[in-house]
Amino acid sequence: MDFDMGKYAAYVWPAYGAVAVVFGWMILDSLARARRWKRKAEDK
Amino acid sequence: MFAFLANPDRFMAFSRWAAPILGVVAALLLLVGLALGFAAPEDYQQGDTVRIMFIHVPAAWLGMFAYFCLGIASFLTLVFRHALADAAAKSAAPLGAAFTGLALVTGSLWGRPMWGTWWVWDARLTSVLVLFLFYLGYMALRAAIDDEVKGGRAAAILALVGVINLPVVHFSVQWWNSLHQGSSVFGARPENALPAVYLQPLLLMGLGYLALFGSLWLVRIRSEVWRRRANVLALKRAEG
Repeated sequence: MDFDMGKYAAYVWPAYGAVAVVFGWMILDSLARARRWKRKAEDK
Repeated sequence: MFAFLANPDRFMAFSRWAAPILGVVAALLLLVGLALGFAAPEDYQQGDTVRIMFIHVPAAWLGMFAYFCLGIASFLTLVFRHALADAAAKSAAPLGAAFTGLALVTGSLWGRPMWGTWWVWDARLTSVLVLFLFYLGYMALRAAIDDEVKGGRAAAILALVGVINLPVVHFSVQWWNSLHQGSSVFGARPENALPAVYLQPLLLMGLGYLALFGSLWLVRIRSEVWRRRANVLALKRAEG
């Protein structure tokens, strides 16, 4: 595998960083919502 | 399948195991796709920027696919007034907006070194921006109306209007002169088709994005079902 992006590193890595941040947000937000509302729905 | 999952209890039982399985499948596909993507040779014209394709193109596919799902769920909401369809529509919107936003950002980061500009008011880019704005409009409209049922129906109508934009996004590179390249995967001319060394990681990443969307969509629909149940419980308590 080649991680040396040469003169294009300033474009390639921010693009991958944006994907990592957005995927992280999607996963954490979805799981946090599920946990919060499940707890409230089951709170007898 | 629709009839089976239309029952909230059956949906909750199904999604309880389907969501984590899809999540694991997504992680595996994305890992292998990334490994193959970084093992692929740099393109003779685009150099290492070709690796942006593996994260940009699937984001654009999923932005459109999530809107298609939003459109179907909105249609079912309006025709059958089904609460689970409304929950599905509401849950698809933020995920679709995130994928579309990623397509715009990564496309801009790819366009700058290849086209010499971050943005151009080109048919493909503009129609994807319109898609993103439809997502934002859908979420804003839902949030602006206090009555949840009325808000859901109003937003569903807006979502169905936005479905018209999907073929515009897809065919924009054929209908108008565009800086954006034509299709190189689905319906590509032989001279534009991607070689296997790029096509394989791209398809794996596409399937990984799809599995991730499926998993998170199920999780968010489950959350919405629980939220509505919690609200019913709170109302009952308030009534004594």
